[in-house]
Amino acid sequence: MKERDIQVTVNGRNAKKRIEARMLLSDFIRHELGLTGTHVGCENGVCGACTILVDGTAVRSCCTLAVQTEGCHIETIESLGRVNKLSPLQQAFWEKHGLQCGFCTPGMLMIMTELLRQNPNPDRAQIRERLNDNLCRCTGYEDIISSVERAVELMRAERGVQ
Amino acid sequence: MAQAGKIHSPPKGRQKESADQNLKIIGTRMKRKEDPRFLTGNGRFIDDVSLPHMAHAAALRSPHAHARIRSIDKKAAEALPGVLAVITGEEAALETGPLPCFANPPVEQRCIALGKVRHVGEPVVLVVAETRYIAEDAAALVKVEYDILPAISDMLDALNSSGDAVLHPSRGPSNIAEHRKYTFGAVDEEFANAAHIVKRRLRWARSGGQPIETCGAVANFDEGSGKFTIYANTSMYNYIGFTIAASLNVESHQLNIIPMDAGGSFGSKLFLHKVPVLAATAARIVGRPVKYVEDRVDNMMACDNHGSDRIYDAELAIDSSNHMTALRYRVIDDYGAYLQYGLGTHGNGFSQTVGPYRIRAVGAEIIAVLTNKCQQGACRGFGSEVTNFMIERMVDAAVSELKLDPVQFRYDNFIQPEEFPYQIPTGNLYDSGNYPGALKMALGMLDYQGWRRKQQEARAEGRYIGIGLASCQEKGVFSATEFWMLNREKGFALTSSPESVSIKIDTNGKAVISLHAPHWGNSPETVATMVLAEQLTLDPKDIAITYSDTDHGLPGTGPGGSRYTVMVTGAVAGAARILKEKLKRVAGHMLETSPHDLEFSNGRVSIKGIPGSGKTIAEVAMQSHMFRLSFPDDDLTSGLDANYTYDHPLATLPKSESDFGIFYPIMGHMCHMPVVEVDPKTGQVKILDYVAVHDCGTMINPMTVDGHVRGGTAQGIGTALYEEFQYDPNGQLRNASFYDYLMPRVAEMPDKIRIGHIITPSPYTEYGVKGAGEGGRMVAPPALAAAIEDALRPFNVKIDTLPATPARIRTLVRAAENQRG
Repeated sequence: MKERDIQVTVNGRNAKKRIEARMLLSDFIRHELGLTGTHVGCENGVCGACTILVDGTAVRSCCTLAVQTEGCHIETIESLGRVNKLSPLQQAFWEKHGLQCGFCTPGMLMIMTELLRQNPNPDRAQIRERLNDNLCRCTGYEDIISSVERAVELMRAERGVQ
Repeated sequence: MAQAGKIHSPPKGRQKESADQNLKIIGTRMKRKEDPRFLTGNGRFIDDVSLPHMAHAAALRSPHAHARIRSIDKKAAEALPGVLAVITGEEAALETGPLPCFANPPVEQRCIALGKVRHVGEPVVLVVAETRYIAEDAAALVKVEYDILPAISDMLDALNSSGDAVLHPSRGPSNIAEHRKYTFGAVDEEFANAAHIVKRRLRWARSGGQPIETCGAVANFDEGSGKFTIYANTSMYNYIGFTIAASLNVESHQLNIIPMDAGGSFGSKLFLHKVPVLAATAARIVGRPVKYVEDRVDNMMACDNHGSDRIYDAELAIDSSNHMTALRYRVIDDYGAYLQYGLGTHGNGFSQTVGPYRIRAVGAEIIAVLTNKCQQGACRGFGSEVTNFMIERMVDAAVSELKLDPVQFRYDNFIQPEEFPYQIPTGNLYDSGNYPGALKMALGMLDYQGWRRKQQEARAEGRYIGIGLASCQEKGVFSATEFWMLNREKGFALTSSPESVSIKIDTNGKAVISLHAPHWGNSPETVATMVLAEQLTLDPKDIAITYSDTDHGLPGTGPGGSRYTVMVTGAVAGAARILKEKLKRVAGHMLETSPHDLEFSNGRVSIKGIPGSGKTIAEVAMQSHMFRLSFPDDDLTSGLDANYTYDHPLATLPKSESDFGIFYPIMGHMCHMPVVEVDPKTGQVKILDYVAVHDCGTMINPMTVDGHVRGGTAQGIGTALYEEFQYDPNGQLRNASFYDYLMPRVAEMPDKIRIGHIITPSPYTEYGVKGAGEGGRMVAPPALAAAIEDALRPFNVKIDTLPATPARIRTLVRAAENQRG
């Protein structure tokens, strides 16, 4: 199998590896870099559990080759807040019961991170439209919508303070 | 024979914590204990496990539904660099036996097909390699020659198949696995006396839990001790884990199963056996740890947990005053290629086979057939969701044929609030309920009359709006008798279904609760924390949760059958009683007072009626752990810990084939009222409004209950409108991917599911808690079927088949239009 050198920035840190050219980005993130917060659900780009940000854009890491991200800035769920200092989006998911089993959650948080950067004040229809990209089998989605609405409030309050 | 009706001398029960007390933490919407780790990517799922020198396995799946394996050429695969082993069924069978099966006589299933494949996707070869990539490359190099056998794809064909079309000839010359008849009450007499008999043929298609995470295991075999360690996302390892040891031909103490967070289950990870046994078999052969995680196609084709797949021919007897008196049905159930839980899904249905109604007699004929499909397992409702669909469709059929009002007919037939505890004809007991109250609440919340007006206005505009109504039961807390009571020969007739916790209060007064079943998307940590915090007046922050493996496991049956919250609440309350007694005893010595004069308040063991007095739990804990010589030289022991095993709160043995005793008595209830608009030109269904009233008794955490209601309802919407494993006549699964197997996204969901709660606490469980995990999926399908039928009333179509896909709806409308001419 052909191998390639790859150099990317992952969550602000430089990562340099020699990998098989065919390695999926999801496997690279999870098994080469040990960032297991990104999950793989359907392996063909439907469920969105594997969604991460590449140069700020949400991508399905299960359908992307790692080598395609050469030189890119990658953000995964591990780049958001920590257990003792959750980001407003994470805090909102906690408050509004936006997760049950937690498996689709990393993908949900990443697509919503992208949405809130593009549009800090999305309305319910805009949240639903973006949420339609990903599958959740536990929540029925409503509490995820409420979570994102709550995140908008929290982030607005945060901006107000600054 | 069990006489239906109110039980006048009800069983006493073992409830110690009544529902009518002032509770501080139970009943609050406390944020979940589980969430911070999941929100930060720190969940620990099976594919996150990585052991030193771990190898990876991939399965070569059968491309055929039914075939003899003539030859397997694995030379090219074995020659591929990085390949460690290419394991055939014959090689696996040298050390690994059949998989667990609860049918009696059993239906033999192997982790790797032995001699014959019986469904598409069944593992034929397992390849173990240095990486998953190499394992999959090698699997593609294995050459298998098959002799194709006739495939049975249609359950009606299974009734008459013979010869090579028989899946398991060793079990007899037929694909009918079981054919049982049951009579509960005076069925024939009731039908003979009926003023009206309503008949319907109903079809419920096979769907599945399809959690976003597949099933997986990482296994290691320690040659020195002869012991397996298996990490897996299964449940029931502390209940029937020993059956996996038996498959692996080791003693039960030579197997330790370590539970991982499960990324959803909905029943499908209730008891995984094939996946852990595959990983363990491979680990023993290659002498290294082996990871096997299903890919999505493996999971959809071969997860062993497809849901019920039934055709009902049902009849309902109604007397001259429009009371339902008896229900009679013949059901054919397509179990797929194996029969792991026997007829358990029909035993389950017998717990609530009259729904919330005063039906006096039930006749059931059950024909379980084997076909060349993935076998059935558990799927949110465990068969009772189909029973609910059948009952409610029959109720609506009666309403429609007799031109009655669907609301009044239900009011007239409900078991009334003063009739509990109530015995149904099968012998099961309903503990409590208020069915008219739930319906009344739903009507009010929906603004039923308002929607009826809007429906009329819309009809005038050529739009088709329909209002659905379903009143259904959610059986909670199974007794193990349901697993075997329908076996012709009962076999291993177990009767225990306990749940345990171990609680330790450490030197500094912090508590650790060990659960003996896994996290699989429910909220066990939150529930256990809230109950212990309530009991000991501890701050929930001072409570941590761990999950024990089988080495340290106490009896634990795990989540399933809407039981876990009830059972873990009972276990925590029991352990807390032991801890409280000891805390009071130690504090009594410290305070030189009688333990009887002490109580718990704000994290203290204080003098009754004097908050702030006494000692903090941390102070007592420190004394208890570290200062034994400060106390009298009696039987007091150091430390503060308790194990408690909570048994089923109310169960009895089956008495006969017409009285199964009490086996599922903690009875929840739901009343769902969706409003839909159907486009008859496209068959599209849009949900305009949705009201869901649930009764799960006392709620430990209303936030997580609501989460279950919404999520379960979403799955019910999927079952009703979209989800179906489609096998073609050759037994090929046509939709084994998330592209093709359609599950609800947010676009398919109403903007809001408006939830109401009726609370009728159980008199038998601690605090009066009932189950709530399955209810949404157990009621949404008949509610939506009713709504669609109501919308299309001008076409006079019957929604007797689910899922009601656009194509099916169009077919019905087209037929109605053609008939009209």
